[in-house]
Amino acid sequence: MSTPTLALEPLLSCRGLVKSFGHVIGLNGADLDLYPGEVLAVVGDNGAGKSTLIKCVAGALIPDTGEITLNGERREFKRTQDARLQGIETVFQTLAVSPALDIASNLYLGRELRKPGVIGKVFRMLDKKRMRTEASQHLQDLGIGTVQSITQTVETLSGGQRQAVAVARAAVFGSKLIILDEPTAALGVRESARVLQLIKDLRDRGMPVILISHNMPQVFEVADRIHVQRLGRRAAVVTPQTHTMNDVVAIMTGAMSVDEKDQALGPVRSAN
Amino acid sequence: MSDPASGTMDLAGEFLGRRTPMQRIQVTLHRYPYLSPLIVLVVALVIFALINPKFILPGNLSFITQQTVVIGTLAIAQTLIILTAGIDLSIGAIMVFGQMVMANLALTAASNATNFGLPPWLAITIGICASILAGAINGFLIVKLSLPPFIVTLGTLSVFTALTLILFKARTIQGPEMPDLLKVMGVAIKIGSFQLMVGVIVMLVLFAVFTYVLRMTSWGTHIYAVGDDPQAAELSGISTKRVLFSVYVVAGFITGIGAWIYIGRTGAASPNADPSINLDTITAVVIGGTSLFGGRGTLIGSLLGAFIVVVVENGLALAGLDQAYRVLAIGILVIAAVALDQWIRKVRA
Repeated sequence: MSTPTLALEPLLSCRGLVKSFGHVIGLNGADLDLYPGEVLAVVGDNGAGKSTLIKCVAGALIPDTGEITLNGERREFKRTQDARLQGIETVFQTLAVSPALDIASNLYLGRELRKPGVIGKVFRMLDKKRMRTEASQHLQDLGIGTVQSITQTVETLSGGQRQAVAVARAAVFGSKLIILDEPTAALGVRESARVLQLIKDLRDRGMPVILISHNMPQVFEVADRIHVQRLGRRAAVVTPQTHTMNDVVAIMTGAMSVDEKDQALGPVRSAN
Repeated sequence: MSDPASGTMDLAGEFLGRRTPMQRIQVTLHRYPYLSPLIVLVVALVIFALINPKFILPGNLSFITQQTVVIGTLAIAQTLIILTAGIDLSIGAIMVFGQMVMANLALTAASNATNFGLPPWLAITIGICASILAGAINGFLIVKLSLPPFIVTLGTLSVFTALTLILFKARTIQGPEMPDLLKVMGVAIKIGSFQLMVGVIVMLVLFAVFTYVLRMTSWGTHIYAVGDDPQAAELSGISTKRVLFSVYVVAGFITGIGAWIYIGRTGAASPNADPSINLDTITAVVIGGTSLFGGRGTLIGSLLGAFIVVVVENGLALAGLDQAYRVLAIGILVIAAVALDQWIRKVRA
């Protein structure tokens, strides 16, 4: 199957990213392209540089060299806040939630809502009520509102519920792009299905998603294109239609290489 | 490629659904960390009142509030710092430094070498600024050089103590030498036979203000987040360094106010004032249910903790027990409080 070429510029593009940690090389000239409205899965063996790659995009790491462009404009993210201001939201593998704070506070952590008027401006008073009602509304909208109370502290939640809070935070605030690093790793079957449905819903709303996962069936279920990372670089980009799970595993391990013309380097999905 | 840990959530839900009475206590204390110090304080008050009726006379209660005022004020600063998983061992030294700056600058006696004779309000302002600067130095060393707060403040404890002695020649400045404004915190307002010190009112106002700040502002939320899990806070877009630095600066400010209160409370400014104040504030905060590991605790707990420290000392003294027993009791309370905290933290599902 030949890839249909659409006249689309990538929303996000990384070129030649290098990131080393002392003697360990995390990224060795990695490229990445994300086109509008698509779900891009990033797969690879442990240590292939998946998390390092998306951490560079999310602003959690600063690449040594290489460039990141968003909508054609070059961006340098010094911290996660920079990426967030550009509409890039990330669910990190560690979730980055604060256990002692309640669900609503976590959802709005770093961008709390203040009361209108003098009370908010001068006395910096938080609008806790609004944050709580909106947080519980968001959780329900996303179909992951299985928590008893929005004022529960996150440390009293199960692993799956914590994940739901982190995913909800990204889904609520992401305006350009949402990155999910192993979002289903700690989840049960039912919660995993919900997260996958959420990814599809996001895509249907036109929101591009980068999904990092080890779970091949899940990747093949939701991904438009599959970016295979190997030894700190992009080994190939394929689609679930052109390649099988075994092919992808073979590319991951280096047992198979794909000719560039057989890859899906361009967009396969028309954004509308 | 398999789905790991499937069904984790259901197991946790079942576990949370069925609680034994002990677990219920654990969860309640987890939710309201100031409950345990409140119970301890009430029990202590009742017992001491039964042992010696003099204990609850207005005169003694006034005395207890006066004894608490400095520990209580500094405990606010200490709480903010401990909430970020830090600790300030230099807080007493900063307070002494601040009060010596105030007293010496305001000094009018012509015989003195360090006689500046500044207007009292200016002397107080500069004294508070000196405390803020000292806090900022702690914050700078902790944030910029990434040194552990314990080590930094252990060092600055000596540095600030020495600085005070070098600059102010170990001379105690007596009350009559100082202008009244410096001693205003010690003025007592009579309510019946109960005497309310101005400094106590200031302390309570500070508690109210910082309780509001911790509970109702972004900065307060960020203090908890940074103490709880600094990596998570940073990834959530909080500048942990800025939060940490600001906490030490604000702690310096509160300590400066504490220095002013201390002058009023003792009626003098001594460079050798109360060496136990460092540990007393930490004791108050820990007994008050604030976790030394950061991210959990309340100011109201620390206020109760400060009162517990003083009430136990005072009550045991009135019960006729030797000083050694009072120290013993405080020590046991601290260990019990930390053990309780460890147990409460296990509530995490």
